[in-house]
Amino acid sequence: MAIEAVDHSHWSPLLGRLWWDAIPPDPIVWATFAGVMLGGIALVAALTYFRVWGYLWKEWFTSVDHKKIGIMYMVLGLIMFIRGFADAIMMRLQQALAFGGSEGYLNAHHFDQVFTAHGVIMIFFAAMPFVTGFMNYVVPLQIGARDVSFPFLNNFSFWMTTSGAVLIMASLFIGEFGQTGWLAYPPLSGIAYSPYVGVDYWIWSLQIAGVGTLLSGVNLICTIVKMRAPGMNMMKMPIFTWTALCTNILIVAAFPVLTAVLTMLSMDRYLGFNFFTNDLGGSAMMYVNLIWIWGHPEVYILILPIFGVFSEITATFCGKRLFGYTSMVYATMVITILSYIVWLHHFFTMGSGASVNSFFGITTMVISIPTGAKLFNWLFTMYRGRIRFELPMMWTVAFMVTFTIGGMTGVLLAVPPADFVLHNSLFLIAHFHNVIIGGVVFGVFAGINFWWPKAFGFKLHEGLGKISFWCWVVGFYLAFMPLYVLGLMGVTRRMRVFDDPNLQIWFVVAAIGAAVIAAGIGAFVLQVAFSIWKRKELACDGDPWGGRTLEWSTTSPPPHYNFAFTPVIHDIDAWEDMKRCDVAAPKSGFLDIHMPKNTGTGIILGGIATVFGFAMIWQIWWLAAITFVGMIGYSIAHTFNYNRDYYIPADEVAETEAAAHGQPLPAGA
Amino acid sequence: MSDHSTPHAEDHHDDHGAGHGTMRDYVIGFLLSVILTAIPFWLVMTNAIADKATTAIVIMAFAIVQIVVHMIYFLHMNTKSNNGWTVMALIFTIIIVVIALSGSLWVMHHLNTNMMPMPHDMGQLP
Amino acid sequence: MTATTRDTMTNSTATAASPEARTAAFYELEPHHHPEGASTMLGFWIYLMSDCLIFAMLFAAYGVLGGNFAAGPGPKDLFELPLIAVNTAMLLFSSITYGFAMLVMEKGKVRATQGWLLVTAVFGASFLAIELYEFSHLIHEGAGPWRSGFLTAFFSLVGTHGLHVTFGLIWLFTLVVQLSKKGLTPANQRRLQCLSLFWHFLDVIWIGVFTFVYLMGML
Repeated sequence: MAIEAVDHSHWSPLLGRLWWDAIPPDPIVWATFAGVMLGGIALVAALTYFRVWGYLWKEWFTSVDHKKIGIMYMVLGLIMFIRGFADAIMMRLQQALAFGGSEGYLNAHHFDQVFTAHGVIMIFFAAMPFVTGFMNYVVPLQIGARDVSFPFLNNFSFWMTTSGAVLIMASLFIGEFGQTGWLAYPPLSGIAYSPYVGVDYWIWSLQIAGVGTLLSGVNLICTIVKMRAPGMNMMKMPIFTWTALCTNILIVAAFPVLTAVLTMLSMDRYLGFNFFTNDLGGSAMMYVNLIWIWGHPEVYILILPIFGVFSEITATFCGKRLFGYTSMVYATMVITILSYIVWLHHFFTMGSGASVNSFFGITTMVISIPTGAKLFNWLFTMYRGRIRFELPMMWTVAFMVTFTIGGMTGVLLAVPPADFVLHNSLFLIAHFHNVIIGGVVFGVFAGINFWWPKAFGFKLHEGLGKISFWCWVVGFYLAFMPLYVLGLMGVTRRMRVFDDPNLQIWFVVAAIGAAVIAAGIGAFVLQVAFSIWKRKELACDGDPWGGRTLEWSTTSPPPHYNFAFTPVIHDIDAWEDMKRCDVAAPKSGFLDIHMPKNTGTGIILGGIATVFGFAMIWQIWWLAAITFVGMIGYSIAHTFNYNRDYYIPADEVAETEAAAHGQPLPAGA
Repeated sequence: MSDHSTPHAEDHHDDHGAGHGTMRDYVIGFLLSVILTAIPFWLVMTNAIADKATTAIVIMAFAIVQIVVHMIYFLHMNTKSNNGWTVMALIFTIIIVVIALSGSLWVMHHLNTNMMPMPHDMGQLP
Repeated sequence: MTATTRDTMTNSTATAASPEARTAAFYELEPHHHPEGASTMLGFWIYLMSDCLIFAMLFAAYGVLGGNFAAGPGPKDLFELPLIAVNTAMLLFSSITYGFAMLVMEKGKVRATQGWLLVTAVFGASFLAIELYEFSHLIHEGAGPWRSGFLTAFFSLVGTHGLHVTFGLIWLFTLVVQLSKKGLTPANQRRLQCLSLFWHFLDVIWIGVFTFVYLMGML
C-alpha cells in the first residue's frame, strides 16, 4: 500500500503550488470531505433559514464581552477536541490491526499525518482554547471586573487562534499536513526531507494562533494586575485567578520562544538559511533545545489553570476554605519559575553528558515537590469537609488518583539512565497522556460541569454526566495502562506496523479503551444537548453550588456588565464572606455603566490572516503580499477609530437587574 | 505585591504608568551613552588591551552599564510605576533571558564537545 | 460604616450592623471614575518583555552558531567597525530626539512634537539605510545568510532588529498623522509613550548587538 512519491514541484505565478495534485489521493479523506461539506452546507442552510447570521455576527463574532469570547473559545476547543480524538481513534485502530503482515488500513503517508495532527490539535487547538476559555470567562468575574483590560484585543486574539485552527483543518483536504511528529524536528522538517506543504501548514497555523495566545496572555495579566475590585489585594485573590496569572506570565515568557523558533525554521525552508540544516554550519539539535525552552513551560500553561479549577471545586464541594491557600500560591509561583529550568529532560539522550543531564534530572525531580504540595492541600481540604459528590467533585477525585500515577511515572522518567531506556517509547506516551488526560481533560470536564450553570443559567444533566465520567475514567485506564506495559517491553512510539504477534493483545485492549472513551465523549455531547432541551427543569439561580468566589454573586447568566455595583472585598472567598455577613445586593441607585463597543475588526483581521497563511503555505506570493499589506493597513485604520466605548444608561441597568432578580432566566431565552 | 485595603489605591498611579523624563535626564542619558559606546569601540578598534579575553569582559561590562543607563534615563524605569509591576516584569524577564541564553550555550557546548569531536569547519572534511 | 471597618469586625458584629450599612460595606455605591487606558502602559511593557525573549532566542542562536563559518568568511573578513559606529550614532541621536519629542508633548505643543518625531524618523531611516547598505554589500561579496550558520544567525539577529525599526517608523508616521487629526488627546499621548518605550527598547537591543556581534566578533 506504499504510495509512489508524488512530484509536487509544480508552481505557477497565479496559484503558487496549488494544483489538482493538492487533493489527497485517499478515499478516507474524500469520504470525510464529503461528510464535512454536507454537514457544513446543512449548517449554513439551517443558520440562514432561521435567520441567525445577523444575531451571530452582532452578539457573538464581533463581541468584545469576555464571557462570550470565553464561550467561543470553549466551542472552538470542543470542535477541535473531537477532530483530534478522531485522529486518536484512527491510530488505535491501525495499531490494533497492523499485525502479522497486515498493513492495517492507513498508509504510511496518512498515518504520519494523523499522529502529527493529533498532537498539534490536542495541545494547541483543544487544550489551549479550553484553558484560555476558562480564564477569559471566569477571571474578570472572580475579580469583580466588568471586562478585561483590552476587550478588542481579546476578540482579536480569539479570531487569530481560530484562524490557525481553520488552516489546520484546511490541510486535511487541500495538500497534506506535516508527517514529522507534533514538534517537527529538523532535519526531517527541513525542506530537503519535507519539501511539500505539510510542515508549512504546521508553521503558519501555529504562528498565527501564537499571536492570539500571546496577546491574550498580555491582556489577562493586565486584567488581573489592574482591574481587581477594591480591597482585593494579591493574597485575597481567588486561587483560580492566581493560577491564571501565573499561566499568563508563562504564556508571555514562553510563546515568543516558539515564535522565534518557528521563524527560524521557516527561514531555513523558504530562504535557504542554515539554522538547523545538516550542512553549512547548521545545528538541528539547536532546534530541539530551543523548542523545548518553549515546550516545557507550555505543559504548565496547560496544567496550572486546571490546578486552579480543581482548587475552586474542592473548596466549594467540601464546604471549606481551601487548605493552605498561601502554600498553594507559593507552590504555583515556584512551579512558574522551575518550569523554565527543566527543558532538557525532553532530550536526555541527545548526548550533552552527565553534568548537564544530572542538573536537569534533579530540577525535574524538584518540580514534583510543589506539585505534591498541591495534592496534599486538596486532600487536607477534603479531610473533615462535608464532601458533596456532584459531577465536578467526581472529576476532581478521579484527577487526584490518575494525576498522581502519571506524576510518579514522570519522576521515573526524570532519572536520566531510566530515560535512556524509555525515551521515545510508548511508556512516555502513556506517561504524558496520564497527566494530560488525567489532569487537563478531567479538569476541563470538571470545569465545564462546574461553571456551565453560571454561563447559561441551568445545570448539566447529572445522569448523563455520570455515564460520561465513568466511560472516561474506565476508558482512560484501559487505553493507556497497556501502553505502559508495551513501553517497558521496548515498543517505540509512532509505529505503523508490528511484527511481534505477542504485542497485539495489548494494542487491542488499548483500542477498546479508546472506544470506551469515545462513548464518554458521546455521552458528554448528549449531556449538553439533553440539558439544553430540558433547561427549564434544570434551571438554577446565581449560586447553584454554594460557591465561594465572586462569580457566584451575580445572576446566571451574568448581565453584560457583570456587576451592577462593583463589590468591595474584605476576605479570601469574597462571596462566602458576603453570604456569612448576610449582605443584600443594592436594589436601587443604579449608575450609568461604561462599556466597550463591539467591533468587527478582530474577525476581519483574523480572516485576512487566514488567507495570508494559506498564501504563504502555497507560495502564492502576490496574494501573500496583498494580504500582508492589508493586515497592516487595516490595523492602522483601526487605530484611527477613537470612538470605542459607550454608556449603558442607569435605567437599563435597573431594568436588567429587576428582570434578573425577578425570576432566574434560562439561557438562550 | 500591592497590599492596600483602601479602594482603588492603584488608580493614583495610573496616569503615570510610564514615568516622565526631564530635559536633564535625557541629556545626561545621552552623554553617558555616547561615552559608554565610544570607549568599547575605541578599545576594539585600536586593540588598546592586548589580551582578548580581558577586552571582551571590559566591553561586556560597558554594555551592561549602558543598558542600565538607558533603562533609567530613556525608559524611566523606577520601582514605583504601576506599583512596581513594571520592574517585576523586567526582573522576571531578565531571569528567563539569562536562563535561556546561558542554558542554551551550556547545553549546546557540552553536546558539541561530546558528540562532535571534529572541527566545525566542514570544508576540511574529505 | 466604611469599607475598611469591616476588616476589624467579627462576623457577629457585621451581621448586627444595619442591612444598608452592610450593603454599603460590600458594594461600591458611589460613582467611580475609571481612568481610561489605565492598563495600556503596563500592557505594552509586558509585550516588550515578550519581544525581548524573541531577541534572546536570536542571541542564543548566534551564540551557538556564530562560530560555524563552514569554510566561509568570518566576522573579521566582513565587519567594518567605522560603519557600525556611524550606525550606532544614528540610533543614539534618534533616541535623544525622541526624548525631545516627549518633552514638548508634555508642554502640549503639537507642531513641535511632530517636528521632533520627524527628526527622529530621519535618524531612524538613516540607520536602516546604512544597515541595508551593509547587507547588500555582504550579499554582493557572496556572504549572504545562506552561506553559513554564522551568517544565518547574523542576518537574522540584525535583520530582526532592523524590521523592528521599520515597524517603528511606520508607527511613527501613523502617529504624526493622528496628531494632525486629533491633537494631543490623552489617547494620542498614551500612544506616543508606547512608541517611546518601543523606540528606546530597540536602542537597548542594539547595545547587545553591537557589543556581542560586532565588537566581540572583531576581537
